[in-house]
Amino acid sequence: MGKTLAEKILSQKLGRDVSAGEIVVSPVDLAFVQDTTGPLTVREYQGSGFKALADKRRTVLFLDHAAPSPNAQLSTDHILLRSFARDTGCVISDVGAGVCHQIVAESMARPGDIIVGADSHTVTAGALGAFATGMGSSDVAVAFALGKTWFRVPETIRIEVKNKFQQFVTAKDLILHLIGMIGADGATYKSLEFGGKAVDAMSMSGRLTVANMAVEAGAKLGLFPSNQTTEKHLRELGRAEQYRSISPDKDAFYEKTIEIDAATLEPTVSRPHAVDNIVLAKDLKGVRIHQVFLGTCTNGRLEDFALAASILRNKKISPDTRLIVAPASKRVLLQAMDAGYMRIFIEAGGSVLPPGCGACLGLHQGVLGDGEACLSTANRNFKGRMGNPNSFVYLASPATAAATALAGVVTDPREVL
Amino acid sequence: MLKGKAFKFGDDISTDLIVPGRLAHLRSNLPELAKHVLEDADPTFAARVKPGDFVVGGDNFGLGSSREHAPLIIKMAGVSAVLVKSVARIFFRNAINRGLPVLICDTNKINDGDELELDMAAGTVRDVTNGVALTFKPIPKAMLAILEEGGLIPYIQKHGDFKLE
Repeated sequence: MGKTLAEKILSQKLGRDVSAGEIVVSPVDLAFVQDTTGPLTVREYQGSGFKALADKRRTVLFLDHAAPSPNAQLSTDHILLRSFARDTGCVISDVGAGVCHQIVAESMARPGDIIVGADSHTVTAGALGAFATGMGSSDVAVAFALGKTWFRVPETIRIEVKNKFQQFVTAKDLILHLIGMIGADGATYKSLEFGGKAVDAMSMSGRLTVANMAVEAGAKLGLFPSNQTTEKHLRELGRAEQYRSISPDKDAFYEKTIEIDAATLEPTVSRPHAVDNIVLAKDLKGVRIHQVFLGTCTNGRLEDFALAASILRNKKISPDTRLIVAPASKRVLLQAMDAGYMRIFIEAGGSVLPPGCGACLGLHQGVLGDGEACLSTANRNFKGRMGNPNSFVYLASPATAAATALAGVVTDPREVL
Repeated sequence: MLKGKAFKFGDDISTDLIVPGRLAHLRSNLPELAKHVLEDADPTFAARVKPGDFVVGGDNFGLGSSREHAPLIIKMAGVSAVLVKSVARIFFRNAINRGLPVLICDTNKINDGDELELDMAAGTVRDVTNGVALTFKPIPKAMLAILEEGGLIPYIQKHGDFKLE
C-alpha cells in the first residue's frame, strides 16, 4: 500500500515505514512558541530542570501577538522571552518582524520537516510540504528540551481540486467552502491533503492560506506536495538548496476523497460566530460592516495586498467603514511599500498597523465596539474573537474585503469591476 | 470515585469562550486569569463552580487556539473532568498534558445541575439525579500513560523520555 503525504514525511524522517493509527516518537526539525504561549513554555521548561535545548538554532521565540506590546503585563512577558533567548542562545524574532507562521514560511520551513509550534495555525507550513502542527506550551517545552515529540500518525482526507478559479475567487474561498462542506470538526485528528490541477497551479501564498485554515476543520495537518512553486518560493528567499520533492504515492489509502471544482466556486463568507457558517458573498448583500481587516497569517501576504489594492486603487472606502491593514511580516510590508500598495490603502482611507497578530485575536488594535461587525481576512470568527463578545466577525478573501470596504456593506468583489 | 455537579455547556465551546484573547495580559497571572474561566460562555460559571464539579460539553469542545491556559484554568477551578460528546485535537492533548481527564460519552443524557459520580477505573459516569449510567470511551493508551503521571511534565520528569511506542 502506498503512502499519504503525512505517512511519507514521517516514514522518511523515522527511516522506517509508518502508517495511519500508529503512535510514533519523532525528531522535531523546528519548535517554536509565540508571546502569548511562550511564557508558559519557558516556565515549564525552567521548572522541569531541563539543562539545555536540543538545538538552539531550531528553537524559536516569536514576539508577534502583542507587537508592540499594549500593556505592562505583556511587556513583562516579552522581557521573560528575551531573557530566555539570551540565556539559551535560541532564536528570537522580536517586535516588528511579523507573524510566526509567515516567518516560518519565509525563512525556516523545508519540505519534509517536522514542525511543532505553540500556536494552532502552525499547520500553515504544510503549504511547503512540512508535517507542521500546533500543540500546547508543555508539549513544545518538551520538544525544546528533547528535540522530539510523539504523534499518532493521522488518517488522511484527500481534497482534489480540479479546473481553474474564476477571477476574484481565491484560495480563501476554496478553504471557506471546504470547511462549510465538512464542518468545523469535519477533519478532527486527520490530515487534509490537497491535490489536483487547481492545487498544482496554486501560488505559495494561496497554499499558505489553505493550509493555515486546515485547523478550522479540526485537522492536525494541511498538506501540499512540493513542486516547482515550492522550489521557486525557496529560491526567491535564498534557500534553493533546501528544496526537495515530496508527494503522496498514487496508491495511497485515503479515508475519503472530496472533489471540488474550482470553476464553480464563488466569493464566500463565513458568518458569526462559527467558521463553518458559510454563505456566498452575494447572498449577504447589504449586511452593514463597520470595520474591514486586511491582514493576518491567513491573508496578510503580498499577493493578498496586490489583489485588494487592485480594487481600492484611486477609490475611497465608505465613510461608514474603517479599513485596517496589517502585513504578515516585515518583508511583506517592505515589498508592499515598494509596490505602492500601502499608499493605495492609506489614500483610500485605511490605516496601517505594524506586522503582527494583535487585531485578529482581539488582543489590541481594531477591537470592535458593542454591536459592531468586522469583515476580516483572518481565520476565526468565534464569539469574542476580536476583543468583544458583543461584536460580530465575518471572514472572507482580500478581494471581498476590499469590495466591502468600498461599499460599507458585504459586497461580492465581482460587482465592483 | 469522583463526585460533583454538572455544569452543562453546548456544542463548539471554543478556547476563545474559555479564555479569550482579550485577557492575554493575565496569562502570567494564572490565579487572576482563572477567575475568568469560561466567562464568554457563562459569566456566572467561575463564581458557582466548586472543587470536584464537572464541565459537560457537547460536540467539538475546545476548538480553536492551542492555548494550554484553557484546560489549565478549568483544572485550577477545581473541575475533576470534562465530559463531552467529542473534543478538538489540541485541547484534548493539552488537557491530558495538564492532568485533566477529558472523557467522551453521550452527554445528551446529562442535565445542567445534575449530581454525577465518575469511576475512572471502571470507565463509567453515573448521573445520580436522573439515574442514567454512561460508559465513556477508553482514553488512548499513550495519553493514559501521560494522564496517569499527572501530566506531560511529570511524565517526562519520571521517565526522562517518551516511552509510548
